[in-house]
Amino acid sequence: MKRRVGVVLACATWLAGAAGAGGLAPEQRRSGFESMGPATQAMQRDDAANPGMLSVSDGAARWGRAEGPAGRACADCHGDARLSMRGAAARHPRWDETLGRAVGLSQRIALCRARHQQVPGGAPEGVERLSLSAWVAHASRGLPVRPDPDPRLDAVRERGRHLFERRMGQLDLSCADCHDARWGRRLGGSTIPQGHANGYPLYRLEWQALGSLQRRLRNCMNGVRAEPWPADAPEWIELEAFLQARGEALPVEAPAVRP
Amino acid sequence: MAASALVKVPPRARRGEVIEITAMAAHPMETGVRPGADGRLVPRNIVHTFSCRYDGAEVFRAELHPAITANPYLAFTTVATRSGPLEFRWEDDRGEAIVATATIVVE
Repeated sequence: MKRRVGVVLACATWLAGAAGAGGLAPEQRRSGFESMGPATQAMQRDDAANPGMLSVSDGAARWGRAEGPAGRACADCHGDARLSMRGAAARHPRWDETLGRAVGLSQRIALCRARHQQVPGGAPEGVERLSLSAWVAHASRGLPVRPDPDPRLDAVRERGRHLFERRMGQLDLSCADCHDARWGRRLGGSTIPQGHANGYPLYRLEWQALGSLQRRLRNCMNGVRAEPWPADAPEWIELEAFLQARGEALPVEAPAVRP
Repeated sequence: MAASALVKVPPRARRGEVIEITAMAAHPMETGVRPGADGRLVPRNIVHTFSCRYDGAEVFRAELHPAITANPYLAFTTVATRSGPLEFRWEDDRGEAIVATATIVVE
């Protein structure tokens, strides 16, 4: 017990010494891309080898497909996503006036589908939401992550920071314990990344599929043996909003590839 | 899925040039040894054959086996002989096929 207190104190001192949001100064921010092997980096760079691009082209087809009783397609209102959706992924989560809370990009797409196409929005890891998110996020590729300045989001980010720094699960670890205090070091055979959210939805080789940020966060919670929140719970969005501020100015990489 | 394959073929080539072609198809490559949510084995469904025809003639064929990744990626070369279509075909255990085409201009 004494030893753990020592570790906690050491962490606290380390964290107190670091400046900027979430214990990462802007010049310290590194995308997870940089800690990958050269083969995985090459896979992400080449659109013909990046399996996430399969979802992007599927999303493009869905974008133009009329659905629901009104027979409307996303493209009927929004036009060419490559122009109209440019920057959307860099700005989300944003405040939804009707719901009165913050929503992420994938939820935003599901809400838009439910409201304007009158079709079920789809499950968070369902192919509709993933493909459409990939297509919309791809339009922001290369743009810097820019948190929405809406002041209503400040409290959301603050709750996200609290969740990020809160110890959880049987292993009693917080996100910050690894991704703020120990990034760049090793966990087993892997380099611990800073845990930025700038590439989602991304293709994870371990999943053999495209997945959302919620899925990735759920993996980490399972890893520390904490109970994940239900799908689309506000906690996920709070964490996402905090992560977005923490990774401000990193380029959007969607659809990224990660090991 | 609508666009379920991505192929990369150089749009133009000189006659006699060796060209690299890459082909990736969206496929789960279910191994048949993995239990599903109900505890029962998910039936095997993999792409077992891939072929590429260049202007009607087969120039490349591959047999695929379990333990090959989902969304398999193949890269191979051929010699650019004449302008024409390239047809790609992935056949899986369910008897379904994914097809894609590309064209090349040879000068």
